[in-house]
Amino acid sequence: MNSLIPLFVAVPLAGAFLTMILARYLKNINKYIGLLVMLMLAAMSLIAITTARGDISVCKVGGWEPVNGIPIGIYMVLDNFTALLLCIINIVGFLSIVYSLTYISRYTSESNYYALFCLMVAGMNGVVLSGDLFNIFVFLEIAAISSYALVAFGVEKEQLEATFKYQVLGGLASLLILFGIGLIYWKAKTLNIADVKAAMGSSPDKVHYMLIQLLFLCGFGLKAAVIPFHAWLPDAHSSAPSPISAMLSGVLIKAVGIYVLIRIFFNMFLISNEIAVLITTLGALSMVIGVFLAIGQWDIKRLLAYHSISQMGYVILSVGMGMILLARGTNPEIASLAIAGGLFHLINHAAFKSLLFLNAGAIEYRTGTRNLKEMGGLARYMPATSATSFIASMSISGIPPFNGFFSKLIIIIAAVMGKFYLLALIAVIVSIITLASFLKFQRYAFYNKEHAGEQRNLKEVPFPMVFSMVVLGILCVILSLVAIPQVRDIVLTPAINVLTDPQVYTSTILGI
Amino acid sequence: MKGMTIIVKKTTQLIAGIVFLYGIYVIVHGHLSPGGGFAGGVIIAGSFILLILANGSDFINLTREETGTTITENLAILFFLLISLAGMLLGAKIFFNNWLPAGKVGELISAGVIPLYNIFVGIEVAASILTIFLALVIFKEEITK
Amino acid sequence: MTVYLLCFILFLVGLYGVITRRNLVKIVISLSVMEFSVFLFLALIGYVHHGEAPIVDPASPDAIYVDPLPQAMVLTAIVIGLATTAMLMSVIIRIYRKYRTLDIREINNLRG
Repeated sequence: MNSLIPLFVAVPLAGAFLTMILARYLKNINKYIGLLVMLMLAAMSLIAITTARGDISVCKVGGWEPVNGIPIGIYMVLDNFTALLLCIINIVGFLSIVYSLTYISRYTSESNYYALFCLMVAGMNGVVLSGDLFNIFVFLEIAAISSYALVAFGVEKEQLEATFKYQVLGGLASLLILFGIGLIYWKAKTLNIADVKAAMGSSPDKVHYMLIQLLFLCGFGLKAAVIPFHAWLPDAHSSAPSPISAMLSGVLIKAVGIYVLIRIFFNMFLISNEIAVLITTLGALSMVIGVFLAIGQWDIKRLLAYHSISQMGYVILSVGMGMILLARGTNPEIASLAIAGGLFHLINHAAFKSLLFLNAGAIEYRTGTRNLKEMGGLARYMPATSATSFIASMSISGIPPFNGFFSKLIIIIAAVMGKFYLLALIAVIVSIITLASFLKFQRYAFYNKEHAGEQRNLKEVPFPMVFSMVVLGILCVILSLVAIPQVRDIVLTPAINVLTDPQVYTSTILGI
Repeated sequence: MKGMTIIVKKTTQLIAGIVFLYGIYVIVHGHLSPGGGFAGGVIIAGSFILLILANGSDFINLTREETGTTITENLAILFFLLISLAGMLLGAKIFFNNWLPAGKVGELISAGVIPLYNIFVGIEVAASILTIFLALVIFKEEITK
Repeated sequence: MTVYLLCFILFLVGLYGVITRRNLVKIVISLSVMEFSVFLFLALIGYVHHGEAPIVDPASPDAIYVDPLPQAMVLTAIVIGLATTAMLMSVIIRIYRKYRTLDIREINNLRG
């Protein structure tokens, strides 16, 4: 596996450029290339997660060996946390591209769509695999720029406005990140995450260190749409074509926002109490404000986008609680339980939120509207969409036996055990409001009486779209199994160990 | 898009070739001196942009040129990827492996595959900047139509 | 220290522009100003007193060079900045075609 790590980036890149050339001469080749690339990546990521088993494998690009123990080349690192994210990215990506086969044929210049999709996947795979900060920045920009183009893919008024907002705020975020990287290089004279940890670890310059942490928190917070920085998310995620909304909400904000935040705050910086409290507060704020902003929405995709902010709040909250407990150093078991809840919710959110966006796309595909008030009675005409969306809605609101229940339960148990009673209470209340909001969605879209005065010719969406939705629906149920200890030991526990024990990460990469 | 006066046309015809050659010089000396693929590629694209701006071009020509540059760009980057993957599949099995002999420091043909990378990056950058330029011009033409 | 402060002031000037300007093109220009202040900062941190351009000269093996890594980073970031700016400009052209204005106050279809 070790020398094959770069393929995660090289394969989608090759797919993108081949599409751009061949699609001019061969009809439909873009679909086959896109499918093949994503199928291969999904298979590779499944192999990666089953073979990782807690080891950290490092690929030195260009074969540059470290000099005097200082890494000088670009490192690509595959550990269990990365493998988890790779699985999310490539499986959701594969299902989105299957869904796109029929969905995207309404738009012109399909080949550009598939090329940009492959580029975005390449960028995200690169972000999660990179072992140094500057490479994270470069791949993040690849993913971001292709997502800017994909949001504007319909070139209608709203999409252009959304993409402009997204680009300005995204550009701002990138600059803050680059500024932080510069500050790190200034003091540490290295950019490798493990080496920065080793160089800054013992006696960091307190003010400088704090400034860097705040810059990264703002930069990646903007990318992850944590609440004070969330302005672009509802516009961008609701305007994009539905499979892209699913990718953006289900994968992109996790891969370039949450993942990097978690990785650098656990494995690069020393965990400090102040920053941990700040992160927890931001998480709690996004959780509460996101759900209150969501409840008044009548546009389905805007509603789902605001719920993304709220659900990401759960992840950030529980990871932040883990950080606080680790900083105090009193009970590491509860800390790892909190982080487990966060990561589990991350996986689950990828499954049910992309499913919900695909459902919204299916509704829009047949009825041509996104306004809840103009729908009704769709359950009779679109049984598969209705059933899968019911599963996803129950899952996101935390109803057993679906996956969202277990992750929220773990988060709440961890909060209670860590004596954060207020946060536990907030988490429960937000979950109840989420349920209310999704009952509204279900009722108005699928079960209300039909909208009067309209002659409709509704039927179920074409097979590829149904296929992706059903697979994601099954995933929503199957992922509950991660709560079982045997499965958790394969999937989740090694990933948590990477985070809670940063010493192992550092020493493995530096080869000490 | 209309062209400019005869003075501008004649001057650009004289200059464009020299600019193009200078771009090639910067690219092939990329591993020896400052510059390299990106800088040289921008210079080459500049020579083409000069010619298009001075001589003008009609809409159909512009779209045809844009197709050409897009394909060139993608081919160049594919070759780049192939060279880097060749390092992974041949011999040492390392991504971006430098699998050609290194040569002597300071000579034009040295540093293994790095000059090759530079050349393909140069082509890619020239083609992509030209594509951006053409796309913006085509947008503008569509508005005025 | 003064140069770093000036760099930071340039960053703030750009930020001020992004926040206060109404014209879309001016927002992009302000974003570019911010971008270049960061590039300047990166180039500055690689500076070594009396350092030369980092080209290895076999004749004088113990010459002092400036740090080449920030320069490589700046080059990469410039390429990325080029892509972002081109993307933004093409979006602005499209917006102008749809809305017939570049005033950000009149481009407000999305809210709530």
